[in-house]
Amino acid sequence: MNKIKLIIWREFITRVRKPSFLIMTILGPVLIAGGLLLTAFIASREATTHNVLVIDKEGVIGTKLKDTESVKFYLDGREWDDSTFQESPYTVRVNLLQDVLITPQADLYYKKLPSEFAMATIRNELEKAIELAKLRDEGINKEAYDRVRKPLDLKTFDIEEVSTQSFAKERALIGFFFGYFMFIFIFMYGVQVMRGVMEEKQNRVVEVLISSVKPFQLMMGKIIGIALVGFIQFMLWIIITTTMVGVGTAVLAADKFDPKQLAEQGMTAEVQAQLDKAEAGDAAAFDQSQITDLIEQINIPLVLGVFLFYFICGYLLYSSLLAAIGSAVDSETDTQQFMFPVTIPMVVAIIIAQMAVYNPESPAVLWCSLIPFTSPIVMMVRVAMGSAPMWQLALSMVLLIVAFIFTTWIAGRIYRTGILMYGKKVSWKEMGKWLFYKG
Amino acid sequence: MIELHGIIKRFGTYTALDGVNMSVPEAQVFGLLGPNGAGKTTLIRIITRITGPDEGQVLMNGRPMTDADVATMGYLPEERGLYKKMKVGEQALYLAQLKGLSKTDATKRLKERFERWEMGSWWNKKVEELSKGMAQKVQFITTILHEPKLLILDEPFSGFDPINAELVRTEILSLRDQGVTVMLSTHSMPSVEELCDNIGLIDHARLMLHGNVQEIRRRYAENIFRVEYTGNRVALANALSYTGELIDSKEQGESGTARIRLGKGSSLNDVLRQLLPAVQVRGVQEEIPRMHDIFIRVVSETTPENVTAGMTE
Repeated sequence: MNKIKLIIWREFITRVRKPSFLIMTILGPVLIAGGLLLTAFIASREATTHNVLVIDKEGVIGTKLKDTESVKFYLDGREWDDSTFQESPYTVRVNLLQDVLITPQADLYYKKLPSEFAMATIRNELEKAIELAKLRDEGINKEAYDRVRKPLDLKTFDIEEVSTQSFAKERALIGFFFGYFMFIFIFMYGVQVMRGVMEEKQNRVVEVLISSVKPFQLMMGKIIGIALVGFIQFMLWIIITTTMVGVGTAVLAADKFDPKQLAEQGMTAEVQAQLDKAEAGDAAAFDQSQITDLIEQINIPLVLGVFLFYFICGYLLYSSLLAAIGSAVDSETDTQQFMFPVTIPMVVAIIIAQMAVYNPESPAVLWCSLIPFTSPIVMMVRVAMGSAPMWQLALSMVLLIVAFIFTTWIAGRIYRTGILMYGKKVSWKEMGKWLFYKG
Repeated sequence: MIELHGIIKRFGTYTALDGVNMSVPEAQVFGLLGPNGAGKTTLIRIITRITGPDEGQVLMNGRPMTDADVATMGYLPEERGLYKKMKVGEQALYLAQLKGLSKTDATKRLKERFERWEMGSWWNKKVEELSKGMAQKVQFITTILHEPKLLILDEPFSGFDPINAELVRTEILSLRDQGVTVMLSTHSMPSVEELCDNIGLIDHARLMLHGNVQEIRRRYAENIFRVEYTGNRVALANALSYTGELIDSKEQGESGTARIRLGKGSSLNDVLRQLLPAVQVRGVQEEIPRMHDIFIRVVSETTPENVTAGMTE
């Protein structure tokens, strides 16, 4: 037992001492936080003001279009040719086509492509103006129309927790991010395990070692040691990133701007919808109380517990297989053919997990949340959104435990033969035979 | 100290060891010989418990060997190396601790050994900065540091320059004198004659030759004697008549050296009796074959087909 501790310690300390560990630990958060802040910054601060010239030959637009900080509207009824537009100070020209009230179509010409944000503003303003024109033509009272047009506020509730509004999709997204992160980590550090095993084999140090320790101890020591490195790095990342985002937000907030919210919006595909809603005069898509509700709805201890469990077991499952691959080959280039079948289930898991966000009850999602190779990420989504019954969660966990015991056993057998095998091109069949060699 | 009984090891359909019986006496140097691919490394890995035999038993001091015995062994594998990026001292310490030494103990012994072998300045160097021979020296030290009772060295001299090879050779003999049992595999026959008390020769998965080096060499002796004489070569040849056969001779003026093979049924005494009247005998020495010749003879005679025949001899 002391020997395995020694191995763990060596694996840990030699990696932590490497300059690359320090660089990655600092660079990771810089990139994440920097990326977040930068997108937020760019999104909030449209560098250029768009002077939008709206050509309205039919005089449809009656009221003045509302300017924003980055989009200024100018109306004109004349035809503009391209060269005049080129020389004009306007940056965008929108031609409302003929009979725009019947077939709402317009062409937008630009000197520099406006951002999605600016585009949305332009589209929205024009739509509103055209709508008003139509109302006027039809003789409909604007106030009456607004009363009629009130959108349906469809709130969803889980029958088992009627008291609160359900944010299943938002919760699923959170689960997905957890799961996605977990898989990236598993893969990154699993590959490190594989490299470490290959290094020992290439250095020829491995036979010296296994004259003192059992091959299985050596393999597990490496897997655990590298997991610790990952864990420490992960923790440092969280601490540094939160600090950096916190400080960055505080600095930028002095300029009346909320990078966090913008960054969150920037990351989802729903930006557009939310912006539209906001522009349409609805209440902000996500107000403060709703966020609190959402957080309250997530069973944090359960989600964290499940996260830890799937994280550890998933890592053991994949890293033991990668260790076996590392032991069987002589060089990095030979790993390709064996890596492929290991990465496929990971990719499938991520695809299915995305599916689970929108269609949690599909059979594929159910099965993949039970099958060990895909269950970590898929079950993560289901647990976060609260759609997994306890028995399924338990079954999935038991299956994962059984699977990792099984893969570690297989990996151990391949490993102890593989590490002593030099200069031989290994095939699947060959590896299969190793399973049955006597210890 | 170590006895192997009917060791069989197969890898799939390939048989690496086929019923090997062997005994390695205590406090002596045992040479494990054989051509490449004969099964030496597999046999060593079975003794070091890196792998297990399919059939047969390994006894240590008369009882079946257990995992605990591994702690009393020092093993220098043929495929040996060190972590390139680790510092020499740290690495030696790590390997010593894996062998069960405490950190303070290991540090003390290592420092002392590094000083004695003039390696003191290497401690904080990275392994990749060492030459191959230097790395070999570090490996040898880590092999013997925990004072093993059984030392197993697979090709210990490969990669050493003559000076360091001599250092290792001296160390092996001094360890033997302290009661350590040494088992080494080597392709260098002169060092077998110089170092080994006993040998085992493996070929095609079978043990072909086993026993005391001197006895084996004598067994392979062809009754050839080297006789130094003063006198007439023709007189010597005539005197031999039926008792022996003159193979060749070298003369320098009045004296010469003749190689004589004894005839069937005659002894050295018979030959001498014939020679004494004819020439003046100044010295007689039996010509004992070199291990090199015995090795080649045994191995070239063994083909997979007559392995069984060789065994029954």
